[in-house]
Amino acid sequence: MSVDSVAAGASGKEAVRRPASKRRWRDSDLWWSFTRSKLTVVSAVVTAVIVVSALLAPVIAPYDPTDLSSLSLLDAMIPPAWEADGSWSHPFGTDDQGRDMLSAILYGARISLVVGAASVVLAMLLGVALGLVAGYFGGWLDTVIMRLADVQLSFPAILIALLIDGVAKTALPRDLQSSAAIAVVIGAIALSYWVHFARTVRGSTLVERGKEYVQAAYVTGVHPLAIMLRHVLPNVLGPVLVIATINLAQAILTEATLSFLGLGVPATQPSLGTLIRIGNNFLFSGEWWIAMFPGATLALLALAVNLLGDWLRDALNPKLR
Amino acid sequence: MPEPLLRASGLVRYFDVSAPWLNRVLERKPRAVVKAVDGIDFEIGRGETFSLVGESGCGKSTVARLAVGLYRPTRGRIEFDGTDLATVGSRREMLPIRRRLQMIFQDPYASLNPRWRVREIIAEPLRTHRLLSGAALDERVDELLTQVKLDPADGEKYPHEFSGGQRQRISIARALAANPEFLVADEPTSALDVSVQAQILNLMKDLQRDLGLTYLFISHNLAVVSHVSDRVGVMYLGRLVEVGEAREIFRAPRHPYTRLLLDTIPDLKMTRREREPVGGEVPSPIDPPEGCAFHPRCPFANERCRRERPELLAAGKSAVACHAAEEGRL
Amino acid sequence: MTPLLEVSRLRVEFATRRGPLVAVDDISFTIAPGEVLGVVGESGAGKSLTGAAIIGLLEPPGRIAGGEIRLAGRRIDNLPPEEMRRIRGREIGAIFQDPLTSLNPLYTVGRQLVETIRVHSSLGGREAREHALQLLKEVGIPAAEQRIDQYPHQFSGGMRQRVVIALALAANPRLIIADEPTTALDVSIQAQIIALLKRLCREHGTSVMLVTHDMGVIAETADRVAVMYAGRIVEIGPVWEVVHAPQHPYTVGLMGSIPILGETRERLVQIEGAMPRLTAIPPGCPFNPRCPHVFDRCRSERPELVPAGASRAACWLHLGAERPVHA
Repeated sequence: MSVDSVAAGASGKEAVRRPASKRRWRDSDLWWSFTRSKLTVVSAVVTAVIVVSALLAPVIAPYDPTDLSSLSLLDAMIPPAWEADGSWSHPFGTDDQGRDMLSAILYGARISLVVGAASVVLAMLLGVALGLVAGYFGGWLDTVIMRLADVQLSFPAILIALLIDGVAKTALPRDLQSSAAIAVVIGAIALSYWVHFARTVRGSTLVERGKEYVQAAYVTGVHPLAIMLRHVLPNVLGPVLVIATINLAQAILTEATLSFLGLGVPATQPSLGTLIRIGNNFLFSGEWWIAMFPGATLALLALAVNLLGDWLRDALNPKLR
Repeated sequence: MPEPLLRASGLVRYFDVSAPWLNRVLERKPRAVVKAVDGIDFEIGRGETFSLVGESGCGKSTVARLAVGLYRPTRGRIEFDGTDLATVGSRREMLPIRRRLQMIFQDPYASLNPRWRVREIIAEPLRTHRLLSGAALDERVDELLTQVKLDPADGEKYPHEFSGGQRQRISIARALAANPEFLVADEPTSALDVSVQAQILNLMKDLQRDLGLTYLFISHNLAVVSHVSDRVGVMYLGRLVEVGEAREIFRAPRHPYTRLLLDTIPDLKMTRREREPVGGEVPSPIDPPEGCAFHPRCPFANERCRRERPELLAAGKSAVACHAAEEGRL
Repeated sequence: MTPLLEVSRLRVEFATRRGPLVAVDDISFTIAPGEVLGVVGESGAGKSLTGAAIIGLLEPPGRIAGGEIRLAGRRIDNLPPEEMRRIRGREIGAIFQDPLTSLNPLYTVGRQLVETIRVHSSLGGREAREHALQLLKEVGIPAAEQRIDQYPHQFSGGMRQRVVIALALAANPRLIIADEPTTALDVSIQAQIIALLKRLCREHGTSVMLVTHDMGVIAETADRVAVMYAGRIVEIGPVWEVVHAPQHPYTVGLMGSIPILGETRERLVQIEGAMPRLTAIPPGCPFNPRCPHVFDRCRSERPELVPAGASRAACWLHLGAERPVHA
């Protein structure tokens, strides 16, 4: 008898009692493995702090970095508070325009997160749909979708994103270019990341499709589309969650790279990548903080999200437990 | 004999297991075809239990899947109540037939969607065929759960909260939901412990008596088959080698392969006989032997058996595909 | 005769975050030299874990939490892994359900046999190969001279299990633990393997602990049988007695639930309910919620094995009162 079935039996008993879903969650294996790993808890806290403060940027940021009228060149290039010329009114200092770095980082992180999350959601929708169709229907559909995925996978994601971004921006009429820039970046990143989702979902779909509960639904006369959506889909979403988490970190980094290269979000809405690009100009003239703080925030965020993804992968994989 | 509920005639199903095209060309591999079912005929009358028995790879599960339309025949016909399943074009036309035939699977862990509550699982056929809804639907599910000796409250649980035997009961409840006439059971108890197997076999017998069901029962276990069946077909490498009344076949098996199978059952009564089991193994269905497929293992094989494929010929109450039996050499 | 294997008060636990689960609960039995002991029970009864505990192959979080295992008088349950590895193969051979897990797919069967033989004996390369060939012939591999240089995947399931038996016998062990050795095989092959196992063990004088769920296999092969239920031995005795005159109500039900060829019964005897999960083993006799003869004492006090007929059964019906159990 395997330990798994013993554990399943135990959690099954709990589910019968069904008090509040809260207790069920506190009692679940996922919560247990979460609390057992210090690194995971720390990652979750770091992620939560960055995400919450970025989302609340308009409320908690001391200045509005997009409000040009509030900027004064007299405040330019103030070093961080703990440096000799620093001041606590600008804890992380200011940039060459006199923008408060802390506020710029909060607003920048907000853009980075929104772009990252939106592109991952888009990539997920696209990838899951295509993977499901390829795996369930097979045949030439499968061949076309998966060969396309293979081709795309042989290029680095950033290259694909650059290509799509460039093509889309030149194709758009000039007056739309800046207003649609964020949407274009999101689309470009999404199109370069759907492959991971599609491949994973296709693999699990092939496995699930062969299982007897799918055959039972077929024998009952359930419509193929309903079998795909109501039977197969819920059973292939587990690994998707893991990929989505890990890809979130990657998408944020890709956006930063695009913005660093000046191809990402417009300069009027600076993301963390844009801030690093601006700071890069001053890195060797002594104003290190302009690049360093956005860079550190980006690294911290990407690392924390990645660690969360790693934990999720291990926790959801019964073989590793 | 009244019109049978299910009739297979000249039923053939091949599976192409060739290597991909490029490999075949580069490595000069020939096309490979598994002759899973290679021309079989049988009929199942209303209300009876017909069993197919044989070792793994003999094609019995393929027949089960052909009977419910999970596979289409390569050749031949499979008729349900006079309708050839292969000629039914659309899913919509098939629906009325689907309602009348259902299947119970082998693996109780894979045959229920792990993300659905038991109530939803059992209600699915009723919803698909738009038979019931609302309170009447709930009532019917409760009734079905009771019928398979589960508690109506169990409907709110998920499959992982049940043991293998209980899951098989849920499978049976789902299969019965839309009041089918014909149930195909593919090794329904081979994943279960013996005491649970007894519960399921008893339940299936009770349901057959109460609901007038017709069963196609697939199993490798001869003792189980002898317990449940009215008639039995013994399969070997995609062919029926012997068909007849269960009692007759188990009392006086005629085909040498049937005799071998019967002789291999471990003896619970323990006469402690020293059996010298027949040697050899089932050959590959990709490249079955010429003539009678059983001849390499058969003690009665002669030149004719190696050359000519025997047809299923009536012999008394059963039918046997064996030259030796036909010639009276057994 | 002193027993070859002596298991006393063995207890196997699984550490879980909800506390330890007792999978094998305080069981004792012996196996005499040359004897075949069948261990029968349903899945989850603890029969495979008992075998794994004896050869030291319990996988964490499972562990031996109490009791002793002695092989020819020597205690082996607390040996360091290195020493246990020497005992495995040399003194105790193992045959598992899936022959593929016992064979390394990357080496020819000959090489695996030769390696095992050389680790456990002083034979040289050529002699070891001779011996390997001899073993393959003995387990009935046709054209052994050619097949010795083939890889496991080139063998069929039945032939692989023969190779595994050859491997288990390679070092001439005194005890073989066979865990469901025929379950994965087709019936006609099953019969071949059982006959082979029986013949070889008789010829070599090897003791066997045969773990299986199939009472028919036990009936044909074993000398004595232990019936396990929910981690305990509920009945143990000579196989003829247990099959024909079962004493524990569980064994009675189990025997009745097996369909028998040529016996026409409308219904099989059925034990209601299912074996309890390890997390919910009832107090007293673990069988009490399903037992047709249950009375108060069964619900509170755990019965020990006591003489019952020609066997021993862990059932309060057999204590003092001479109340026979009827099916």
